Amino acid sequence: MLHQIEKFAEQSKTVPAAAIDSVISNASRRGVLKGLGGFVLALHLLPAGRAGAFPAYETFGPGMPNGVVNDPHIFVAIAPDGEVTIIAHRSEMGTGSRTTLPMVIADEMEADWDRVTVKQAEGDEPKYGNQDTDGSRSLRHHIQPAREIGAAMRHMLKQAAAKQWGVKIDEVEAVGHQVIHKSLGSRVGYGDLAEAAMALKTPPRDVLQFKDEKEFRYIGKGTVPIVDLHDITTGKAVYGSDVRLPGTRVAVIARPPVVGATIKSIDDSAAKAIAGVETIMHLPITPLGSKFKPLGGVAVIAENTWAAIQGRDALKIEWDRGEHGTFETRAYEAELRASTAEPGTSVRNQGNADAALKDAAKVLTYEYYQPHMAHAPMEPPTALANYADGKCEIWAPVQSPYVARTDTAEYLGMDAKDVTVNVTLLGGAFGRKSKADFATEAAFLAKQVGGPVRVQWTREDDIRHSYYHTSSVERIDIGLDSDKRVTAWRHRSAAPSFLSTFTEDKGVQHEIEIGMGLENLPYEISNVSAEQCPAFAHTRVGWFRSVSNIPRAFAVQSATAELAHELGRDQKEFLLEIIGPPRILDAKTAGLPGKFWNQYEPEKEFPFETGRLSGVVRLVAQKAGWGKSLPKGEALGIAAHRSFVSYIAMVVHAKVEKGIVRVPEVHVAVDCGFAANPERVRSQMQGACVFGMTAALYSGISFDNGEVQESNFHDYEMVRADNFPELVHTYIVPHSFEVHATGVGEPGVPPFAPALANAIFNATGRRIRNLPIGDQLKA
Amino acid sequence: MTFRINLNGKETTLDIDGDMPLLWAIRDIIGLTGTKYGCGIAQCGACTVHVDGEPTRSCQLTVEDAVGTKITTIEGVNGKVAETAQTVWAELDVPQCGYCQSGQVLAAVALLSQNTKPTDENIDEAMAGNLCRCATYHRIRAGIHEAARRLEA
Ligand code: FES
Ligand code: FES
Repeated sequence: MLHQIEKFAEQSKTVPAAAIDSVISNASRRGVLKGLGGFVLALHLLPAGRAGAFPAYETFGPGMPNGVVNDPHIFVAIAPDGEVTIIAHRSEMGTGSRTTLPMVIADEMEADWDRVTVKQAEGDEPKYGNQDTDGSRSLRHHIQPAREIGAAMRHMLKQAAAKQWGVKIDEVEAVGHQVIHKSLGSRVGYGDLAEAAMALKTPPRDVLQFKDEKEFRYIGKGTVPIVDLHDITTGKAVYGSDVRLPGTRVAVIARPPVVGATIKSIDDSAAKAIAGVETIMHLPITPLGSKFKPLGGVAVIAENTWAAIQGRDALKIEWDRGEHGTFETRAYEAELRASTAEPGTSVRNQGNADAALKDAAKVLTYEYYQPHMAHAPMEPPTALANYADGKCEIWAPVQSPYVARTDTAEYLGMDAKDVTVNVTLLGGAFGRKSKADFATEAAFLAKQVGGPVRVQWTREDDIRHSYYHTSSVERIDIGLDSDKRVTAWRHRSAAPSFLSTFTEDKGVQHEIEIGMGLENLPYEISNVSAEQCPAFAHTRVGWFRSVSNIPRAFAVQSATAELAHELGRDQKEFLLEIIGPPRILDAKTAGLPGKFWNQYEPEKEFPFETGRLSGVVRLVAQKAGWGKSLPKGEALGIAAHRSFVSYIAMVVHAKVEKGIVRVPEVHVAVDCGFAANPERVRSQMQGACVFGMTAALYSGISFDNGEVQESNFHDYEMVRADNFPELVHTYIVPHSFEVHATGVGEPGVPPFAPALANAIFNATGRRIRNLPIGDQLKA
Repeated sequence: MTFRINLNGKETTLDIDGDMPLLWAIRDIIGLTGTKYGCGIAQCGACTVHVDGEPTRSCQLTVEDAVGTKITTIEGVNGKVAETAQTVWAELDVPQCGYCQSGQVLAAVALLSQNTKPTDENIDEAMAGNLCRCATYHRIRAGIHEAARRLEA
């Protein structure tokens, strides 16, 4: 999807439009309970003739660059001994999609999961279809094609057996890794059919017989563990910096402290004197707006990582800071606040909010601030590249391997066919590794050196040279009439856009950013307006798990609770009331110039149903025992948000003691349509709560003289095992396959901070409007 | 300079700068990659190894100082406690991205070796140095309790 932003940036240097996205997706689990994976299956025959059990539905998948491929010849290989290899074409960063999608294929093709090996695809979208693992869309876009691949493969195996036996295809059935003649009982294993089956053409969809949901062996069960589990717990799993080639050199790079800063002077003599340091190389400096091109700087290339780090640290470089060299966080915050004090560009205009505010008996104004944040995946960026005979091969933990490949080829002036990108496991990513500047650095240096080079980012490099989550001020003005009824809601947002990373910065947000909770407030209020106010970037802005939904949900859900308090109402009751009766949000009624962005998903298939939002609010409130009494200093808070077309509501139990915030319990209700792997839905919600708590309590990247002030986990802190949301209860709204699977990697994050802030308010009477919470409650 | 270290029960001779942190010697010189780099300043625990059975941040211990000790990495850890922890880790599906898990497993094994019945507080204290950005803390805690239960049985 990020190719779309790019396309936009190419076509139009003036108007914002187009697309990208962020992190993650869905996922897998639990020991193929010994035995179950084997042959309990063998006797379970599929009833014939249920073609159409799974009618096709539309997603944006085919609209992504290079679309969707659903050909079993590309994704499945069966060896003569019956071992099945299934391709995972999405990157694995912890959500489990590398397990879940192959598992869906295996289930639908009646393969025994114990005899399946998952193989990671290299970056090749013309072959595999789109590979951008972000936007919480791996399941949303690929569960259908995965079922089609599986059903087609099963059909081909049946065809091959029928031909071998000289019978009609409807006389045979494929069950548990073999094809059986239904009346004669003859059997032939998948391995024996492999060659003949693979030689067949892929059957058209309308002849495919899909399984009935009741017949799923793995899908929706949560019984399949992630494929890399054993390797991970024994240290054998291969991440970005674990690939070894003979003669590999290690590069650590001094990058400009301010984007676009240039070198005034350099003294590399001390670096060269370090044992093990071999070469010093320069990479061209790039300004803001260079997409994922390396920042440039000076690379110290050494025999080993330690020598390279020492060498880099010994470089004496004087930088000319350039145009962003005065960027300072406090002043910037003031600038964003000033920007939202003035009318911006309208993105939604329902009724007449300005007039209603003028006429209001009372106007409430709330401002919420969020600084930049860095993803800080546990594995810092790293990549290995080799260059030989005019070809470049890369091994890297990247979310978009094809983009990494084409970008790198372009940067090196090579043809993309001469560049290969192999995808390792990702040691976390959260959107950072969609931007493969680190892989391009490795390729550039490998080409210069003419051999293998691994680029290792230190944690300091990672914190100081990220593609930061936007910083924002969200201002909400609410009008009340003399009967204290809400008559107007005006939301202004000032936040630098990730568009600034792709093209000339016009200070405007992209439709994706606007679509994430600015234009689609689901409240029943007659006058609603949303405006974007100018904000210019001074550092690289990129998407970060949940993207603009984080500040939007924080603002809207905090303001809703503030309003409830103002009106003397219960947070939950008021939230349900303001969402209003169940309905489908309609863009025209909502006063949008066009359609809702809606993750680009067709509204017919993925409408915004307010009843599902209220549904998760009711469910979570009931499960959490909303209204129960708690000791002094403790309270519950609630928030709900729809993002990535999933609906999530959370109740956070906060406990504040001497200014320290603890979270003994979180209740999460998730409506993500059909849950292909409920186990990974739960683990993603646990993860989202901890990730959300880190963001809410600690995460703030600050700048002074254009330079990032934080550097490592001592000053850019993470939630640890001694203070984390201790119990996370997840309630998944049950749905059949007809309610389309959506995503769960990201949508758990946005409701956390407002639910926590609302709980803190209920516990202490202190309202948090500026993130992170930091020491605010200690004073 | 050459240094002899004992790693996973094997004597290994390294011809390197004695100041090199053990982490990089293990990864780059010896070539075992289960020990991970996460911060380099004792803040994350990804680089945890056992030194004479004690969980130790290998990014902070120089090769020179490691001489004369017995070092165990995730690849070499064995015995009943380790096997139980690894089995439980798999059954509870603890990992998400997995990057921090070598360190988590080694920290948990060290804890369980010294404390057969750790409380939540003991676990928090022992594990607070091991960051997990994917946030698998819930399952790590459950995993340690479960492993303790099985080891007792
Ligand atoms: S790398 Fe050693 S503690 Fe983080
Ligand atoms: S599992 Fe990803 S950092 Fe712990």
